[in-house]
Amino acid sequence: MSRAVRFAPLALLLLVIAGLVWRLSTPADTNVRSRLAGKPVPAFNLAAPLPGKPAFSSRDLAMGRPRLVNIFASWCVPCITEVKVLKQLQSRGVAIDGIAIRDRAGDIAAFLARNGDPYARIGSDEQSALQIALGSSGVPESFVVDGRGIIRYQHIGAVEAADVPLILSQLEQAR
Amino acid sequence: MKALLVAIAMLIAAPALADSSLPPAYWAYRQLPNASQEARAQRLMAELRCLVCQGQSIADSDAELAADMRDLVRRRIADGEQPAAIRAWLIERYGTWISYRPTAEPATWPLWLAPIALLAIGLLLLRKRIRTRARP
Repeated sequence: MSRAVRFAPLALLLLVIAGLVWRLSTPADTNVRSRLAGKPVPAFNLAAPLPGKPAFSSRDLAMGRPRLVNIFASWCVPCITEVKVLKQLQSRGVAIDGIAIRDRAGDIAAFLARNGDPYARIGSDEQSALQIALGSSGVPESFVVDGRGIIRYQHIGAVEAADVPLILSQLEQAR
Repeated sequence: MKALLVAIAMLIAAPALADSSLPPAYWAYRQLPNASQEARAQRLMAELRCLVCQGQSIADSDAELAADMRDLVRRRIADGEQPAAIRAWLIERYGTWISYRPTAEPATWPLWLAPIALLAIGLLLLRKRIRTRARP
């Protein structure tokens, strides 16, 4: 057996170890992004969970102005801090609509009373049907939808204070 | 002392439950009454990947989103939709990631070619072996 062949298994082993070290030090992105970016929002018509708040349907999204569609829930812990950042965005003129995932009217009302209410409209998605139709994989998530009802940007996870400039620039680009 | 206080605080703290209080969707944990429809749904659900417990199928996962997806699959199959159409609908939204069945796109070519390549290498080695044996 030649020298080169004799060392082949060792070289292979080193290659595998190098691969493992690389993947452990820079883990792969486990977020699953929606493939609907650049495509129209699927048609939907959600019921209004709260009496004082208009219901939310896909027709409300093609009104000429970009809007932020936020997927939230009263049982979602990161949503508590996110809703305060959304309130800031609202005070800067951003139109925000909410999709409440698997939630009860009383719980949503209590959540908004406690943490603030940035939503122009709220729709109730009790079996995650719209969430799946949007290609969303968790709560919270937000979509920037332009004035023609096209999804322009998906934000996975809570919108934090540091994300405000990013969201504002995405909304500006969607104009 | 500080560590002890933290340890006691952690014992008392109740873990926050990151799940809704709504009951599971109707078809999430129920079989379809039509056995052949249920079999088709089962076969599809075993090949759809859970978005929450990545690595499990939605048939295996107890995540709420997986339960809602099982409800969606069973409902659509009961409505007469083909499993391939449901899979395509989900791939349109989540990409091929959502399906465990390997596709024929270029990224999977090594997967399909590897067995053939390994078999070819094996045959070559075998031939070499036989030739050296034959020569005394």
